Amino acid sequence: MIGIEHYLVVSSILFVLGVLGIFLNRKNVIIILMAIELILLSVNINFVAFSAFLGDLVGQVFAMFVLTVAAGEAAIGLAILVIYFRGRGTIAVDDVNRMKG
Amino acid sequence: MDFARSLALVAPETLLSVSGLILLLVAAWAGDKASRAISIAAVAVLTVCAIIAAPALWGAAMGPQTEAFGGQFRADAFAAYGKLLIYASAGVTLMVAPAFFDRVKAMRAEFPLLIIFASIGMGMMVSAADLLTLYIGLELTSLASYVLASFLRVDERSAEAGLKYFVLGSLASGILLFGMSLLYGFTGTTSFAGIHDAMTGEMATGALFGVIFVLAGLAFKISAAPFHMWTPDVYEGAPTPVTTFFSTAPKVAALGLMMRVTLEAFGNQVFAWQQVVIFASLLSIVIGALGAIGQNNIKRLMAYSSINNVGFILIGLATATQAGASAMLVYLAIYVAMSVAGFVVILLLRDENGDAVEAISDFGGLSKTRPWLALSLAMVMFSLAGIPPLFGFWGKFVVFQAAVQADLIVLAAIGIAASVIGAFYYLKVVKVMYFDEAVDKVKGAGELSHTVILVLALLVNSPLGYLLTKCLDTLAGNAAAALFFAY
Repeated sequence: MIGIEHYLVVSSILFVLGVLGIFLNRKNVIIILMAIELILLSVNINFVAFSAFLGDLVGQVFAMFVLTVAAGEAAIGLAILVIYFRGRGTIAVDDVNRMKG
Repeated sequence: MDFARSLALVAPETLLSVSGLILLLVAAWAGDKASRAISIAAVAVLTVCAIIAAPALWGAAMGPQTEAFGGQFRADAFAAYGKLLIYASAGVTLMVAPAFFDRVKAMRAEFPLLIIFASIGMGMMVSAADLLTLYIGLELTSLASYVLASFLRVDERSAEAGLKYFVLGSLASGILLFGMSLLYGFTGTTSFAGIHDAMTGEMATGALFGVIFVLAGLAFKISAAPFHMWTPDVYEGAPTPVTTFFSTAPKVAALGLMMRVTLEAFGNQVFAWQQVVIFASLLSIVIGALGAIGQNNIKRLMAYSSINNVGFILIGLATATQAGASAMLVYLAIYVAMSVAGFVVILLLRDENGDAVEAISDFGGLSKTRPWLALSLAMVMFSLAGIPPLFGFWGKFVVFQAAVQADLIVLAAIGIAASVIGAFYYLKVVKVMYFDEAVDKVKGAGELSHTVILVLALLVNSPLGYLLTKCLDTLAGNAAAALFFAY
């Protein structure tokens, strides 16, 4: 029988993978965008699982809002990435170092 | 609870949204040559919204009659206090921005619109009474801010600032959201009042995790240590009018949101978050003071200064009392005046080509070549350092007073000691301007609008500001009372 705790474990694993994807990845900013999506989706699993568990609809409404905002966030992230690439000609994470200190 | 009354309570947000959309159409049709007209219209709309929001503050509105849409949104005195500061900061940004962007030939009609949309989001943040409203307001602000940070597309630093802000801001939103999902699961509700009632007695481990995650996400948004690392880069890279905006309005909104969440939603579990807030506050004060010492860029210096000031404001939150909340609000208002004055001076520091002079070493001998500018910057620095005749002292005084009254004497003592370290780098800027060899790099003439804003902000910072204390105390008291109503 799959219970609420299984969903929580899966979503926690996805969340940690997303956070690690942001910090450990040294190659490419696109991977960071994917990691951010992973975090938001892990949250959605949580919301939907809790919603079913509690028999309360608010969680599913919340999940819809998160999905919508995630789409906007991805669009803005890619747009910023494009202007960054135009100026620098690279999207490697290690090259994002014009400012330091 | 009827729909018409709810609509009346969200009037400022509705007006801002509708006029923002209309101005967006104007921008699409008229193009960039209409950007000045759109900026003027945006300032007018913000003024009207401030006038609509103000009566709630003076009338000390609180309680059920301020709740809209089934308790999702709360337009009480606290929200009105935040909104007045937010709209004022946004208005100042819109007034100083066109001159800056015209010099680099990058004024675009979208700029005032992004400021308006960010202002809607920030108004929702301070009015939030539900996790859903909180999230939508926060994201509306953040998404507009990411674009604003990278607004100067030709400048590599601006694009990099936007990218860094986006990545770390999204991570913070994700952490916050994960915390909210845990809170929802373990309390069974998303409304602040429901969470408050559900969190009595021993707290479930999952709910505690939720509280910590939410606090971490919010700490990022107010740039409190240990989540401050984005601040210096974003402040330096973003165009200066945008930095002016970042250091004022979003700070007010995020701190207001943090007060709502901690004092309203988590009001039954003060011991769960008080230690976290004390830790973040001390760390911010120390990192803000030490990090600023080696900086030679004035915008980076102001970034560390803002981290430092957030630490002082969090001392008020750590008390978890109504007096502490009121002190925080007083400090916030004074901090906005100091930031505005500081950044308008930075906007006025230009060489003969109109390029910004940002290196502190280039300010040498400014007191001889540009005495009034040097005097203004010196006043801002003294005020930020909290040196008594200036009004910046009053903010620190009320916060420390609240901390001592709440028996947080050690916290207050460390805070006062660290503010002495902070005084060092503020005074270093003054020393460079008044006692170093003249570099004579700052040339450009100032615009009238900048001078007017600067003089007004400096009047607030000057000893004349103390005339405002009574009014400010009453208003902050109203706002704090609304926050603590029925809790």
